Amino acid sequence: MMKRTIPMLLAMAAGIVMILAYFFPPLTPLQDKTTVWFNILAAVAFILGGGNLLKVHLKKVSDRREGWAYSMITLAAFVGVLAIGLFKIGVNPLDEFPDQRMAGDFRAEGSGFWYVYEYVFAPLTATIFSMLAFYVASAAFRAFRAKNLEAILLLGTAFVILLGRTAAGVFLTDFLPEEGMLANFRLENLTVWIMNNPVTAGNRAIMIGIALGTASVSLKILLGVDRSYLGGGD
Amino acid sequence: MPCFSLTSLLLVAEEAAAAAETAESTGLLNMDRLPLLGVAVFFVVAVVFWISVARSGGEINVREIAGLKAIEEAVGRATEMGRSVLFVPGIQDVSEIQTIAGITVLSKVAKTAAEYDAKVEVPVARTLVMVTARETVQEAFLAAGRPDAYNEDLIYYVTDEQFGYVAYLSGMMVREKPAACIYMGCFYAESLILAETGNSIGAIQVAGTAMPAQLPFFVAACDYTLIGEEFYAASAYLSESPAELGSLKGQDLAKVLAFGLIGLGALLATATQFVPSLQGAFDFFTGTLLG
Repeated sequence: MMKRTIPMLLAMAAGIVMILAYFFPPLTPLQDKTTVWFNILAAVAFILGGGNLLKVHLKKVSDRREGWAYSMITLAAFVGVLAIGLFKIGVNPLDEFPDQRMAGDFRAEGSGFWYVYEYVFAPLTATIFSMLAFYVASAAFRAFRAKNLEAILLLGTAFVILLGRTAAGVFLTDFLPEEGMLANFRLENLTVWIMNNPVTAGNRAIMIGIALGTASVSLKILLGVDRSYLGGGD
Repeated sequence: MPCFSLTSLLLVAEEAAAAAETAESTGLLNMDRLPLLGVAVFFVVAVVFWISVARSGGEINVREIAGLKAIEEAVGRATEMGRSVLFVPGIQDVSEIQTIAGITVLSKVAKTAAEYDAKVEVPVARTLVMVTARETVQEAFLAAGRPDAYNEDLIYYVTDEQFGYVAYLSGMMVREKPAACIYMGCFYAESLILAETGNSIGAIQVAGTAMPAQLPFFVAACDYTLIGEEFYAASAYLSESPAELGSLKGQDLAKVLAFGLIGLGALLATATQFVPSLQGAFDFFTGTLLG
């Protein structure tokens, strides 16, 4: 009962409040409270996550498993950044309390935490994100191989869109008039037409399916039909 | 203590006043959302009706979903190769419905893996997801009659940071070369990085998400992709429980309503071009009824 029924009832109550508050404004404060409860739970679980991270990587190092050196780096980074934030290393005191260094904001510009974020974390994140360009190229190369009719259509459409979004596209069909029916065949106009019509129609069909699927799964959880989030089973 | 009580009373009074003010200014029911409430009620009635029909023995057929069929093949291949199965439940918390749908698929993957004696590794980006996934996998191993084979250390927290998580997963995939990679949940820019890395190591890849912008990337790089509502239907498809299958039928009814509204809107928009007096009806339809 404590493991299944009560959590299920809590989830149902919270879900029903969230839905009703959308239609009945007087329930909005209750909705806000439910969100606060979730945030409190998530904050407690964050401590659990930190503990788990330490456990997993310490075990890997002590067992000298493959890649244990990476775990050492992870542990050093975790403990180091935690210490910099907790002890407010490099934090400048506030003007109101010049003698109290610990009163300053640990994220303020010039603090140790700020340096780590700006000069270590942000560049690393940007590096991973920028790798996307290369991954897009290799995925596009595979996806656009003209192996059947559908792939040929995809390749043709992609070709038009890519050209239409560049100066080359405008240049290539510059001989077509800017007004009248033939203007529709200028690559920049064809691109806009493709994006506004077939692409939007396909996207909306997927969106309607997703919206109904989301509502259906939510309803199944509210009715207690789907209990997989409690560990599966009936 | 008295100070605490007084503060609490003041807070409660403030909240009550705020609630009363909200009720006064906007009324008990938000009238702008009334049509949506009607659609929601229709949807709830349709789903509940079909669930009760299915429970009372009515037959409901669901078309085969290739991506879900492939999961068993992927786990079998991992067992034969002596390698692990990597399951990624997205980067959002359990408050995201896609994560819950992903956890449902994880239940099936874990059960199959327990039966085949394969290893399923689940690195997660949210601690609450880790707790939920552990419960789910443990139940799945128990249901498969292999509770002793469950290892909670295979479901672990990595980081909340999107690209930190991706960096860990990519490195782990290249080093450990899992035979199958299953991505089920909410994904953003990391979808392509993960799927391309999985592709480069030759893993069987099955993905499912309801993020329209990420679907093309998964389709391009994975062997099977569950598109939007297929992903949500996975839970019903895998459980084969009549109640869950009934909910799919109710969902189809709502889809018929959506089609009807789209058709009516298209007809009205076309008719307005020929009969200008219908403009009022069209404005009511698009402005009031559809919000």
